[in-house]
Amino acid sequence: MNHPTGLALANVFGILIALLVAAALLIWVERRLLGVWQDRYGPVRVGPFGILQVVADMIKIFVKEDWVPPFADRAVFVLAPAVSVVAAVLAFAVIPISPGIGVVNLNLGLLFFLAMSSLAVYGVVLGGWASNDKYSLLGALRGAAQMLGYEVFMGLALMGVVMLAGSFDLRRIVEAQRHLWFVVPQFAGFVAFTVAGIAETRRLPFDLPEAESELVAGFHTEYSGLKFGLFFVGEYVGVLLVSALIATLFLGGWLGPWLPPALWFLLKTGFFVAFFILLRASLPRPRYDRLMAFGWKAMLPLTLANLLVTGAVVLAGS
Amino acid sequence: MEVMRRVTIFVDGRPHSVLDDQNLLQACLSAGLDLPYFCWHPALGSVGACRQCAVKLFRDASDRRGRIVMACMTPAADSTRISIDDAEAREFRARVIEWLMINHPHDCPVCDEGGECHLQDMTVMTGHVRRRYRGLKRTFENQDLGPFINHEMNRCIQCYRCVRFYRDFAGDRDFDAFSLRNQVYFGRQQDGTLESEFSGNLVEVCPTGVFTDKSFKEHYTRKWDLQTAPSICVHCGLGCNTIPGERYGLLRRIRNRYNGEVNGYFLCDRGRYGYGFVNGAQRIRAPLLRRELGGPAAPVERQEALARIAAWMADGARVVAIGSPRASLEANFALRALVGPAHFYGGMSAAESRLTALIAQILQRGPAPAASLQEAAEADAVLVLGEDVTNSAPMLALSLRQAVRRQPMAAARGIPPWDDHAMRQVTQGQRGPLFLATLAATRLEDVARETLRAAPADIARLGFAVAHALDADAPSADVDAPAHALAGRIAAALLAAGQPLVVAGMSCGSEDMIRAAADVAWALRRAGRPARLAFVVPECDSLGAALMTDRNPGLPQDGADLLLVMENDLYRRADTDTVDSLLGSARHVVLIDHTAHATAAAADAVLPAATFAEATGTLVNNEGRAQRYFRVFAAAGDVQESWRWIHDIAAAAGRTRDAPWTRLDDVTAACATAIPPLRRIVEAAPGAAFRIAGQKIPREPPRYSGRTAMHAQVDVDEPKPPDDPDTPLAFSMEGYAGRPPSPLIPYFWSPGWNSVQAVNKFQEEIAGPLAGGDPGVRLMAPSSGTAPPAYFREVPPAFARRDGHWLAVPLHHIFGSDELSTRSPPVASLAAQPYAALNPDDAAELGLNGGDLLHVQLRGISHRLPLRFEPALPKGLLGLPAGMDGLAGIPLPDWVRVAKAEAP
Amino acid sequence: MWSSLKTLWTIFLHIFRRRETIQYPEQRPSIPPRWRGRIVLTRDPDGAERCVACYLCAAACPPDCISLQATEDEHGRRYPAFFRINFSRCIFCGYCEEACPTYAIQLTPDFEMGEYQRHNLVYEKEDLLINGPGKYPGYNFYRVAGLAIGGKGKGEAENEAPPTDPRSLMP
Repeated sequence: MNHPTGLALANVFGILIALLVAAALLIWVERRLLGVWQDRYGPVRVGPFGILQVVADMIKIFVKEDWVPPFADRAVFVLAPAVSVVAAVLAFAVIPISPGIGVVNLNLGLLFFLAMSSLAVYGVVLGGWASNDKYSLLGALRGAAQMLGYEVFMGLALMGVVMLAGSFDLRRIVEAQRHLWFVVPQFAGFVAFTVAGIAETRRLPFDLPEAESELVAGFHTEYSGLKFGLFFVGEYVGVLLVSALIATLFLGGWLGPWLPPALWFLLKTGFFVAFFILLRASLPRPRYDRLMAFGWKAMLPLTLANLLVTGAVVLAGS
Repeated sequence: MEVMRRVTIFVDGRPHSVLDDQNLLQACLSAGLDLPYFCWHPALGSVGACRQCAVKLFRDASDRRGRIVMACMTPAADSTRISIDDAEAREFRARVIEWLMINHPHDCPVCDEGGECHLQDMTVMTGHVRRRYRGLKRTFENQDLGPFINHEMNRCIQCYRCVRFYRDFAGDRDFDAFSLRNQVYFGRQQDGTLESEFSGNLVEVCPTGVFTDKSFKEHYTRKWDLQTAPSICVHCGLGCNTIPGERYGLLRRIRNRYNGEVNGYFLCDRGRYGYGFVNGAQRIRAPLLRRELGGPAAPVERQEALARIAAWMADGARVVAIGSPRASLEANFALRALVGPAHFYGGMSAAESRLTALIAQILQRGPAPAASLQEAAEADAVLVLGEDVTNSAPMLALSLRQAVRRQPMAAARGIPPWDDHAMRQVTQGQRGPLFLATLAATRLEDVARETLRAAPADIARLGFAVAHALDADAPSADVDAPAHALAGRIAAALLAAGQPLVVAGMSCGSEDMIRAAADVAWALRRAGRPARLAFVVPECDSLGAALMTDRNPGLPQDGADLLLVMENDLYRRADTDTVDSLLGSARHVVLIDHTAHATAAAADAVLPAATFAEATGTLVNNEGRAQRYFRVFAAAGDVQESWRWIHDIAAAAGRTRDAPWTRLDDVTAACATAIPPLRRIVEAAPGAAFRIAGQKIPREPPRYSGRTAMHAQVDVDEPKPPDDPDTPLAFSMEGYAGRPPSPLIPYFWSPGWNSVQAVNKFQEEIAGPLAGGDPGVRLMAPSSGTAPPAYFREVPPAFARRDGHWLAVPLHHIFGSDELSTRSPPVASLAAQPYAALNPDDAAELGLNGGDLLHVQLRGISHRLPLRFEPALPKGLLGLPAGMDGLAGIPLPDWVRVAKAEAP
Repeated sequence: MWSSLKTLWTIFLHIFRRRETIQYPEQRPSIPPRWRGRIVLTRDPDGAERCVACYLCAAACPPDCISLQATEDEHGRRYPAFFRINFSRCIFCGYCEEACPTYAIQLTPDFEMGEYQRHNLVYEKEDLLINGPGKYPGYNFYRVAGLAIGGKGKGEAENEAPPTDPRSLMP
């Protein structure tokens, strides 16, 4: 593994495969964890601890009829799930897993992430629009509005971290936390980013684009089979991505004593993944207007204030 | 008749506008209020026996205490103030029903009345839910009342409605109330078939399950599970309105469908129990084709049958068609259109054609219009010429029984007509004028003022004599002195009456009688009396067929290349030789019919037609009223309406344009356009496009059960309900839930009113017309101002006996004379057996004893018939049962020779 | 916000709770006797069919999945000629049992009636009839009904006086 290209390729494919496997495994993890929190088992019948449920689900999704409604805009309909997966997977490229593991090391890594996560919403919007179905369209509209509202303060929440670290490069941000994790000085930013991250991934309690109790299945109402599976994978990659980012930006990434750095990273990421699932297990979905009001009227002022204070502190410090 | 006035009564403080000739119960029900009752019946009036309709009556607006009165016994005077909701009145009613229920058995699950029980409805309405009485229940033994009525006396609540209908309304004596106190028993003196021709009405009159329909019990189904549609009875010419009910593809029963102008609340037993032929083993269910000469007709695919018939029609083949007076107008018209009017015969015998044409002409010409059954019941003087109405048009007899009460009731001043018991006390069996001139004894004689039994010619001569007595311009009949005196009395009675009625008909086969009846009515008209005519015709569409076939009376002379016969057994239209030669002269004979008979056996191809229960069509009854009947259920297999078969034949023969119709409305419209006297038939009922709130009218009640299980043994996926392109009714429980227009009412039901009494909620006034007017449209309504036409002057010579010859006359039987009802098992079990009736004096002359067999030489054919003594039969006449197998086709009256036959 | 956090914490604590799941089919659930499962037709204590074919169950059935036809034996005892329940439509609401005036139709605690073919869920009378009175051991409808049947004449039911003689004039 001395060959630099070989190493890079191993890195790339290793992470890609690990990511996809982890996303798939999340199907099982989420259902087992939900079971734990709801005093039941979840899937336990297929394979040891039910782990092969993932395989069963995959088989099911592969052999289901992959139906394109006759009234749909076919090209866009097919494109949309791909967009949502590709954007999420691409954003993962900038995540540093350990000092030696990571796809690329961009000096504007954080901006790349923001760009990619904005792209991911196209999956929702295009999918909902191309379905040519009222529920899908409503889901897509909600998705777009939600992204708009939460994207704004997501970026702003990160600016505090950037100011403290003095860089957009994620590795340098991690290195900058060697003494103090940014979750302490940037607690408001941490909260804001976590909230925005959940919204970005359309997870409960921010799953209004999907909202199965009102919109059937929201933007992916008309999707089935593999295309539906892609939306699913996109969502889980998103969960992993946002958890990994929180770990990286606020919890010192791979930093930690005794254990190998990659394991520290995985532990911290896993903690947030579990937190995502806990949220789903406990919180109801808010009303749509409350969701928007919360974004614009609570979170945005909070991040702006955080930015001002951070700016002032950084200025004073320099 | 007094003019009815609208008055205002106050019920629980709210004003209601009601008619002042009603009692309070009727008024409350007319106003749509719910008030429980048992002994009162809209047709039978009030007797105040059950005490169930108690209400509080207040003296005036300031009276707070009031007093309890029976609503059915209190007239609805202006400003009457009553309370239904009053606590004391409610308590009173609750007590009454609790007493009535003391002895009522725990039977509802096994009671045929359950689910359409007036007692159940009233108990629920009154709120009695718990039995407090712990004593023993009184019980009774039941009686066998014959094939129509099942008796379960335990259930009786002693309302007396049954005896009041049976004895007071229908006039029969073999049923009564027996015993005393709480053991009053309703039944016959001993087991035996009820004699009344109207016994089936006990089923509907009884508020609970004492009298139930025995034929229905064979294949019992709850009312809510029956698929029903408005229909018309096909067993005589009166056109009574019926509600047939179907379940699992079987016709289950016939119920009365109220029509204020026609049958009102009742039906005769022939109409109620004659439905069995629809389910019968003789039904033709598949196309039959005779493949080789003399071979048997075997079932074939419809395409093969149609192709063969089309081949027979090809290449300029001469096609002659025979319609039927028991088929719908639409079927007859389609057949007429297919072959052209020149080759279409109405399907009646020559005599029937002449008689129906004459009747149609008299009724169309005016000024004496036809009387509906309701108008007949309102007549106050009646002359019957030749008709044994109880047997030839039974419901007309029931009307005439009411008519004889008009004059005494009108004379009883101060007693409202609904106060039945008081009225009967006052009138004491007095009767208005009803004069019967008939061939033999009839069942109406107990209410007749005078009776003449005579030969057809003498009856006609009596009629002409009456006309002459009324108007000297009318032809003189020169009758003998007693007849002359009788004619004078009849003329005087008719002249004194407000609404005189003359009844005649076709059952004696005499045109003279019909002419005489017309002359009497016209003479009365000239004298300024609003006389009406009621003509009895034999079949459900006799008059319709007469209006359609103005060109070819009788049967064709030869059968041409192809003889198309529709819904007709020709052997009932002419004697065997004539029909044999007619069928033999045709190269091919095709029959479209639903029931196998002698003509079917002779046909080369038979196509399965739908019965009245499986088809929609229009019929014209004896008063010229066009009424629509609707499919009750979709027949299985290839069975379809005759007009659809005619369309299919036309299509197979490449002549679609001759019978292009695929929907009933188009046939009806074409018929109305092509035949001017029938132009109003389209108004008989709303067309297929009719919708209420965009919905069809469901044939099934909302509680119809078993939808997802009834076909599950065949296919677990429920079949789609059949489409019905011909009517605004749906084969479904889904559709418009409100009250449909009167011709389209498939069943009478209203929340809280599950029994037949639900009809209260469908009438404008109780016992008045249905909301929106009674169904049907009268095609012959001459303006009463028309001047009477010139009298018929052909007075027949008096009847003279001939040595060695007897004049054979038809004697009609309610059970046995009709072609279709006789195929129903309960009717068949009571049907008269063939006989030859003679006056005992004539029989003695011939040296005959009772029980002897007779050879009756009729048209060269000898019939062996058992002798029956008929003391009422005039000498020189020989009575033969009309319409019976083997005798049906012989045109009567005719001279016959009689000889004693040796026992075999 | 505070309540959301409290909820999160409460739910989190459920990690330490016992699971409620019963591992059917290894672990059998205990089903109460009034459970609304497979429908049966019972017999009265004399061993005769209880069903009198009154059609009330069919009328009460919301998905209309009961159909039957009444018939009678030679002594006037009414019973169903056929009785069919389409269990592929049944919603086990128990209205039929509630409507039944004779305790004939009863729902049982058996719920294991899965089939691969829908038409196997159509049960006829032979499939429904059991050899016992089910939940109501003592009841016999014809003992209290006024109708005479074979072996029970008029006036012989419970609480009935002997038949009156309509010809008697005794007060």
